[in-house]
Amino acid sequence: MSGQLAALSRLRTRPWIWSFLGAALVWALAVILAGGHGAWSVITTAIAFSAFTVLVGLGQMFVITLGPGNIDLSLPANIGLASAVAMKVMDGSDGRIALGLLAAVAAGLVIGIVNYLLIRLLRIPPLIATLSSSFVIRSVGISYGRGLQIKPPLAFADLVVARLGGISVLAVLVLLLSILAGVVLARTVYGRSVLAVGQNIRAARLAGLSVRRVRFLTYALCGALGGLCGALLAGFTGGSSLDVGAEYLLTSIAVVVIGGTSVAGGMANVPGLWGAALMLFMIATLLNSSGLGIGVRDLMTGLIIIAVITLAGGRRSLR
Amino acid sequence: MDREIIQLNAVTKSFGAVQALRGVDLSIQPGQALGLVGHNGAGKSTLMHVLTGTIAPTTGSIASGGGARPDYGVAIAKRLGIRCVFQELSLCPNLTVAENTRIMHPRLRGFGWRRRAGRLITRQLDTMFPDHGIRSDTVISDLSIGRRQMVEIARAFTTTDDPLRLVILDEPTSSLDPSTSRQLLAFTRRFVADGGATILISHLLHEILDYCDRIVVMRDGRVVADEGTAAFDRAKLIVTMGGAAEGHAAEAPVSAATVAAEGPARVRYRPKGETGGTELTAQAGEIIGLAGLAGHGQSDCLVEVFDAAGGRPGRVSVQGPVALVAGDRQTDGIFPLWSIADNITVRSLGSLTQGPLISPQRADALAESWKQRIGIRTPDIHNNILSLSGGNQQKALFARALGSDAEIILMDDPMRGVDIGTKLDVYGLIREEAARGRTFLWYTTEMDELEHCHRIYIFRNGRIVAALPRAELTEERVIHSSFQEAVA
Amino acid sequence: MSGPAALAAEVRSPRPPRQFNARRLFRTALPALSLIIVLLAIRDFNPRAISYFGFNLMLNLAVPVALATVAQLCIITVSDLDLSIGNYVGFIACVTTTWLPTRPWLGAAVILGSIVVYGALGALVQLRQLPSIVVTLGMSFVWLGLALLIRPQPGGTAPSWLAGFMGVHVPFVPFPIVAAVVLAIVMHIVLMKTAFGAVLRGAGGNPAAVARSGWSLLRVKTTAYAMAGVLGSLSGLALVGVSSSAEANMADGYTLLSIAGAILGGAEFVGGRISPVGAVIGALTLQLAAVALNFFQLPELLPGFRIPPEWQVGAQGLILILILAVRALINRGEA
Repeated sequence: MSGQLAALSRLRTRPWIWSFLGAALVWALAVILAGGHGAWSVITTAIAFSAFTVLVGLGQMFVITLGPGNIDLSLPANIGLASAVAMKVMDGSDGRIALGLLAAVAAGLVIGIVNYLLIRLLRIPPLIATLSSSFVIRSVGISYGRGLQIKPPLAFADLVVARLGGISVLAVLVLLLSILAGVVLARTVYGRSVLAVGQNIRAARLAGLSVRRVRFLTYALCGALGGLCGALLAGFTGGSSLDVGAEYLLTSIAVVVIGGTSVAGGMANVPGLWGAALMLFMIATLLNSSGLGIGVRDLMTGLIIIAVITLAGGRRSLR
Repeated sequence: MDREIIQLNAVTKSFGAVQALRGVDLSIQPGQALGLVGHNGAGKSTLMHVLTGTIAPTTGSIASGGGARPDYGVAIAKRLGIRCVFQELSLCPNLTVAENTRIMHPRLRGFGWRRRAGRLITRQLDTMFPDHGIRSDTVISDLSIGRRQMVEIARAFTTTDDPLRLVILDEPTSSLDPSTSRQLLAFTRRFVADGGATILISHLLHEILDYCDRIVVMRDGRVVADEGTAAFDRAKLIVTMGGAAEGHAAEAPVSAATVAAEGPARVRYRPKGETGGTELTAQAGEIIGLAGLAGHGQSDCLVEVFDAAGGRPGRVSVQGPVALVAGDRQTDGIFPLWSIADNITVRSLGSLTQGPLISPQRADALAESWKQRIGIRTPDIHNNILSLSGGNQQKALFARALGSDAEIILMDDPMRGVDIGTKLDVYGLIREEAARGRTFLWYTTEMDELEHCHRIYIFRNGRIVAALPRAELTEERVIHSSFQEAVA
Repeated sequence: MSGPAALAAEVRSPRPPRQFNARRLFRTALPALSLIIVLLAIRDFNPRAISYFGFNLMLNLAVPVALATVAQLCIITVSDLDLSIGNYVGFIACVTTTWLPTRPWLGAAVILGSIVVYGALGALVQLRQLPSIVVTLGMSFVWLGLALLIRPQPGGTAPSWLAGFMGVHVPFVPFPIVAAVVLAIVMHIVLMKTAFGAVLRGAGGNPAAVARSGWSLLRVKTTAYAMAGVLGSLSGLALVGVSSSAEANMADGYTLLSIAGAILGGAEFVGGRISPVGAVIGALTLQLAAVALNFFQLPELLPGFRIPPEWQVGAQGLILILILAVRALINRGEA
């Protein structure tokens, strides 16, 4: 009895377990439906695709952890622009891969900084600041990458889809990055400050933390991660496309929420991002293989988000 | 005599360990203007909330019109015609004066409601404040604080179909100019003459003495005096509030109080908009008390000093790192998702790093050592902060400030709702740390705590009105300065 | 109307003069000013656009956008935000083209049911104190998914009465302008003039005070969300009337557009400060700015230079940032 209780309380303190359980359940269903075929390949494919979701989710998670109202809606536009920047700078040449990646990250970084400046100078909620900047970024992206369909350098395309023992190399790199993000959150002054600001911005200020710097760094970080993701996606999909980021607006927020990060702020959950990303991909696979369309997938995703948030409760019910 | 509007019998109210009301008997008759006075924490505002039904008493009974009201609450209070003007504004800032009137009266609807609401509130304003200059179609946020207060008060006196028998006014004149205040008080006399009743809470004793028929003095959650106004004068009110008649011990608990601190001032502070007047100064090793009624500029002083740290000296100059101990733990202090250790170390993170990373060993060592020194009662400092009692949470906040590199510690009434054991632990520590050269700025609403200070500054209406060395501190002097009249 | 009686009334209630506040005036006029600037720019570059047919063409989609914007405004009134309105409009459009022409009762029932769902969301947000952004984000998936289920491929037909209504030719004034004016007036009356509208806005401004006066915040939020559902449904119908076929994500841009339009029109994000007339003007401005960029040429400055069509969205964003910057300046001066 007490053992069960302990297990239960552990579940409460580790909400990311749910997302992995969900992913496992959906995976099992998918495998059963497929008659036991492709159990392993579904996992490896899911991991490969999840790398991108997690990359964007990490940035969004840092932003959402800053507390109520903090959200980055400019990620899709950011990803689209960065993919174009990366492809143009790389220009199909293997020698310029690093340069292209750097340029894409820089583009994302600038977007993040602009977002913060809009929030700070215009004193508008992040939602609106990132929304309006996304309009502009999208146009910049279209006009910058107009008509050009530059293929990624071969080495870059190979690198992005490379697998070692069936596991995507990129996913391993993103996993390392996630671990780094976890360490940053738990063990650095910046990370602790993000968590403190998200819990109680007033108390954080009165505890001597630099709230402005923390917010600045967080939006810049989120922008940079978006930029990186854009470049990698361009390599993955064989060329830049402005719409490549479109699905990441909702997905980036969905993985954060489903992964157990508190939308009220102050509590981030890195493993949950992976669980949620895997689960969303598994659901898509399951529904595809069972002949149900993309509509059911969206419907399920939406219902899951609402169910998770309703169960987790809002800000006041947390206290 | 008329039946009473409402009667409280032996009402008590406790919030956890804190007893806010310890058996209050109070009866309010129609045609009576009651004045309610008491120092901070005497139980006035709790009593108001009991009367308006927003707080249910722990024990005791409430009766009205001769009958008991066992399920007394907001709805019954409304039906009995009891209204309250709270100190915090309860107008919607985005609505017009007329619309705010409509929010209070469900009856104001249908065609032409806006005109009727406007007429209702305008007529009331005309009656109470003849030259108010407020249009009923003005949005509240466009009004000055004083005019908002006028609207708020006038709205409480408007009637559609509900009765109106008792209006409670909590510091109604705090943002009114003297002539408007007089208009308001004169109106309450007329209201009372017509058979209504008022309860007036004010820190301006002349208002109480001039406009009330009967005065109730509260102290420590009890009614200590309840007599006709004729029985009181200013001096007697002050004595009754302070309980000086009990022969309060004036012995200094601090021998250090006699030691004059040396050296340059670490903190210099003058309230905003003051050029002359008393300047607050604090040197190394000093404990400085900030006294006066709650909300008269003490917390603002602390926040300004906090923000000025590290900046250029100006009206406020601060030499040395500062740390603040919040009194309102939930909104200003605690990080509710974190452990006790995390809450203690957050102020010192920069000094706990090894390379780019915070060292958990050093963080734990810091938290553990302060847990021992300040006596936080917990089996494990890695438990959530909310697992602690209020007093121990407060100790953790003290540990956060004292464990940091701060030389100046600001304390924002930190002992609110803290048990006596915790207090004694912390008092000792403050003295110890002051002896080591730290400076304390200590805003407190508790008289006893001022006795630990070397020097006391008394705030009233955002100004420093008195500076008392420890030797001259008496409760009477503090109350006298806190309640002093506006200069005539 | 003369004599002592009138005089007495005059004396009894001396109406204090309305205080002139240049900042407030400017802030209120900002949406209208930006609309005029956009119109002037259009006239400068392409005078033919300022005509009956020009407006009919340019404001083709303005009616559904304006409806979606005022739907968003209902949610903003109670200090929430709706990230699902675009997909909701798309969903309603799919329902309309799929069922309304052939099985009107089913179609009507689905639309009514969706409005009930909207109201229930408001209740959920209030009861569980949830962040509206996340809940409506989830709902945006739900509406999109449902729309895809109903109509996996673009197509369908508009009910003839709907197409007829949206294509109606009003003499002298183009229909979209008539519709926008009617919408602005109706919404102004509902939100700004009725007694319940005052309670709705009050709940956005100081919910505690409204609750203390005995109003149910649950009822308030449910009503606000249900109103958004009604207006969102009308937006979907109007969209079908204009475009005569539907696809699931045809209106997904409306979410952002509606927020932008409401803000452009003078609404604040929190605190129940809204302007229905401003919101409609804001929607028209954004719509015109996007369409009109096609006409823009700057031959004097740069021969042969055209603002490319891909800057349509960007222009909307820039206008929004510009307006917010101007407003921030006004507010800063005031503080």
